[in-house]
Order: sequence, then C-alpha cells, then structure tokens
Amino acid sequence: MQKTGAIRFALFRLLAAVPTLLLVIAIAFTMVRLAPGGPFDDERRLPPEIRDNVERYYHLDEPLPVQFGRYLAGLARGDLGPSYRYRDRDVDELIAATLPATLALGLLAMLLALAVGMPAGIAAALHHGGLRDRLLSGIAISGISLPVFVFAPVLVLFFAVWGGWLPASFSGSSGPARYLLPVVALALPQVAYIMRLMRASMLEVLASDYVRTARAQGLPTRRIVTRHALKPALLPLLSYMGPAIAGVLTGSVVVEQIFGVPGLGRLFVTGAENRDYTLVLGIVIFYAALVIVLNLLVDILYGFLDPRIRQR
Amino acid sequence: MMAVIAMLLQRFVESRVVRVTTLLLLLTAAVALIGPWLSPHSYRAADFDARLLPPAFENFRLFGTDSLGRDLFVRTMSGTRVTLAVALVASLVSLVIGVVYGAVAGYLGGRIDSLMMRLVDALYALPFIFFVILLMVTFERNFLLIFVAIGAINWLDMARIVRGQTLALKEREFVAAARLTGVSTPRIIARHITPNLLGVVVVYLTLTVPQAILIESFLSFLGLGVQEPRTSLGALVENGVAHMEQAPWVLLLPAAMLAFILYCFNFLGDGLRDLIDPREPDE
Repeated sequence: MQKTGAIRFALFRLLAAVPTLLLVIAIAFTMVRLAPGGPFDDERRLPPEIRDNVERYYHLDEPLPVQFGRYLAGLARGDLGPSYRYRDRDVDELIAATLPATLALGLLAMLLALAVGMPAGIAAALHHGGLRDRLLSGIAISGISLPVFVFAPVLVLFFAVWGGWLPASFSGSSGPARYLLPVVALALPQVAYIMRLMRASMLEVLASDYVRTARAQGLPTRRIVTRHALKPALLPLLSYMGPAIAGVLTGSVVVEQIFGVPGLGRLFVTGAENRDYTLVLGIVIFYAALVIVLNLLVDILYGFLDPRIRQR
Repeated sequence: MMAVIAMLLQRFVESRVVRVTTLLLLLTAAVALIGPWLSPHSYRAADFDARLLPPAFENFRLFGTDSLGRDLFVRTMSGTRVTLAVALVASLVSLVIGVVYGAVAGYLGGRIDSLMMRLVDALYALPFIFFVILLMVTFERNFLLIFVAIGAINWLDMARIVRGQTLALKEREFVAAARLTGVSTPRIIARHITPNLLGVVVVYLTLTVPQAILIESFLSFLGLGVQEPRTSLGALVENGVAHMEQAPWVLLLPAAMLAFILYCFNFLGDGLRDLIDPREPDE
C-alpha cells in the first residue's frame, strides 16, 4: 500500500517534468531565433546566393514553427544539430567530448561539500551558541559571500603562483593534484549552504520531544545523534540537492574558465563569445534537462523516504 | 504605514549587526560616489607610461593602476557604483514582480493560488543563469537588459514569502471589514495587504541585493555584462585574474571590495531576518 503511493507520486512527478522540459526548449529556441540578426551577419559580406545556400543548408529559410518541429524531432533522436562555428562538428559531439571533465569535477565537489558540510553543521548544532558554533557560522557566511570567481583566483594566487605547491592550470598538467584547486573552489559555496541547512535542521530535530525523551533516558549525545536525530535531519538536505547541483553547474562555468578545464562550462562561454547560437542553445537545453532530471530523482527519492510528502 | 516604518526603524537601531553593517554600506556607497570626484585621475584615460603601478599615496594612486595604466582606485569606485546600482534596480524589479505575484496568489487562494505556485515550483528547478547568458548572447549586451534579466530571476523567493504572509494577513479583521464594506479585490490587495507586507519585504530585499550583485558580477566576469570602458566589480576581477602574477593588487583590491560589500549585505540580511523571524529554537 505504502509502496504504491510512492510509485504513483513518482509517476506524477515524471509526468509533470515533461511539460517543464518542453517549455524550456521552446523558450530557449524562440529566444535564439528572435535575436536581432542571423548567425551569419557579422561575417564577411557573403554574396546573396551563397548566403541563401547557407541558410537553406541550416534550414533557416523555413517558417519558425517548422524549424522548431525539426529541432524537436532532432532532439528526440539525441541530435542537437551542427555547430555554426565549428563547421565540421555537431553540438552533441562537442557536448559529449567536454562532459566527462565537468562531471568529474562536479561530482568530486559535491562529495567534498557533503563530507565537510554535514559534520560541520552537526558540530555547530551540538554547540549551539558556543564558540565553535559562531566560528563555523562565520565561515559559512564567508562561503556564501565569497563568489567562486573571487575565491578561485585567490586560491590560485596563494597555492600556485606564490606557494608553487599546486598546478594553476588543469589542462597544463597531469595527475590527481590538478583536481584539487578547482574542486575546492567549486565546493566552497555548497559547503557553506549544506553546513547552514544541516545546522538548522539538526537544531530543530534536537528540540523535538522524542530527542528529549532519549536524553531523559540517559543516552549519550553521540548515540542520540547517530541513531535518532540524523535521519530526520537529513531530509531537508536531500531537498537541497537539486539547487546544489544547479549551483555546482553554474560554478563550473567560472571554475573551468579560471583553471582552463576543457569542460562543458568553458565550451559554453566560448560559444557565447563566438555567438555560436546552436551550440549555446544545445548546452542550455542540456543543462536544463540535466537539472530537471536530477531534481526529479531527488523528488522521487524524497517520496520514498518521507511518506508525508505524498499526501499532496 | 508610518507606524510600520517607525517600528522597523526602532528594531533597526536595537541590533548591533544591523547598525554596523548599515553604516558600513552607507560609508562604502559614499566613498564610491565621492572618491572618483576627489581623485585627479579618470576612470577611462589610459596612460601607457604608468601601467601596473603598485598602490602608493604619491600622486593619489591609492590602488595603483591596471594593465592599460588606468587608475585602479577610480575604476574600483566607479565599478562599485555600477555594481550597486545594477543590484538595487534589479532587486526593485524582482520586488515588484514578487510582491504582486505573491500577494495575488495568496489573496485569491484556491485553484488560482495552487496553479500560480506550481509555476513557481517549476521555475525553481531551472538553471536560470544559463538563460540569462543565452539572453546576453542573442541580444546585444544591453545595460538595461541586465537589470531586467536579474530581476526576472530573483522574484521567486520573494513571491513565496509574500504569498505565505498574505495567507495569514487575509484572515485578519481589517481585511474582512474592507471586504464587507464592498472594497474591490484589487484595491484590497493594493491598499490593505501590500502595506502590511513591508517589514518582511524589506528583510528579504536585503537578501536579494547580494544575490543580484553575485549575478551581475558573474556576468561581467564572463565578459557578458557591463562593457568597456564602463566597468563593474566583476569585470575588474576578471581583468585582475589576467595580470595577477605581475600585479596581484589588480585582482585583490577589487575582489576585496566585492567580498566586503557581499559580506555586509549578507550580515545585514541575516540580522534583519533574526529580528523579524526569530525561528532559531532557544535552549
């Protein structure tokens, strides 16, 4: 009975995600097509007949709805169309080539953020109002206030330029050490948010009746936290995973730029600078789909773990 | 209305964090406004004999110069102005959208409310920043567009909070009284609900501003925001990264300025939120 509830909830979320994704594709597509000027305007003046040929080749001479239909049909086959700048490459090839680096950095950063943020948040909650709590909260507000593009160059300056301990460039070196600075830079804001969330939800759980009962029974704090408080306190953290993933993806754009990582974020910025419409459009849709799917997974997981949510 | 403002002001003065950060921010804004005016240098005049000079009191080169020999103090101050102006206007845009949307959803309730909030939920799941970049790429880098784009992202939180507040407000007697005396729904929302949202809105505005600053400087850092010779703190940091090996101050001084402003706003927002909504359980 309980299982079927969760499965129905999962199906409902799955169905709700489809129109969102379609909406995203439609908005992004229209934005690119409504842009003033075609993609070939700023090149050397093309003779009109060549220009017509180029536009016909990219199907730019068709009415907008037909173009959109063609694009959707391509998407369904996993085909994001040709890049306007890298003439011999398709957008999906470019994404596939750059995705591994971005995924590796993002995954490592999320793991680091959880590994540091959760214990720190619990520690702050257990010493609520004390010196350790204030110290950790101070660090957390730094993590939130310091943008990645400020924190990352300062890390490079200290550890690579002045200290010389770590490589400053990702692509210019090899070995696991090159991952360290980009991953730390990507993880910092997430460490801060996770720590704050963990602290707040832990404080709430610690103030609840059943924890008081456990205390009254004389259980040691360690056991109360691990056996009774941790599980319910982790639920809000789970629902933060969606925004956290989006945050790491956003951060990767900057971090890849600073460290020269051949990843999706850098491809995106290069595409933006080159005004490579199809490439930028393809990456935006890819990012959006990724975030929507991951959010969906988090939601479904939440539905299985917390029966209250399925009531909605 | 006046009573609400007076109450807010009183609470303002009571909290030390709020007092100190407000003062620091006002001071920063004042220096950013007056500073360039006191300096003999201009923010755009390049001087190729004075490239990457270190900071010195001599000749009023307080922050040194950048790679084109432009005075970094004046540039940092004018960048601060731009950053603050963009953030304030963008926050106001998000404030207007968020308050109207949230108040309407909360007051009307029922099916319209759940539909409107579903839309907010759906929008929450999107990586908006990428759409802003797309917007910046497809349309010419327009200064005005930055405001609108940032404001258009940031209204979601405001809408949620305002809706929650409105749900509570609409049960109060004065709203019932207005309804019974035949005041129209738009008028109730505009004249009776919205003024009472002021406190909460002000608090969340102080948390929206640093977010707007982050987005603006993120875009400028990527070269998609404010364009040369105009500058913003994000653009200055980007320029500093390119020259940090020979001239670390070109990176560190604008970066410190940006971090300082963000710290102040975050502390201010946290302090104000604690005043209005003391949610932390006391032991």
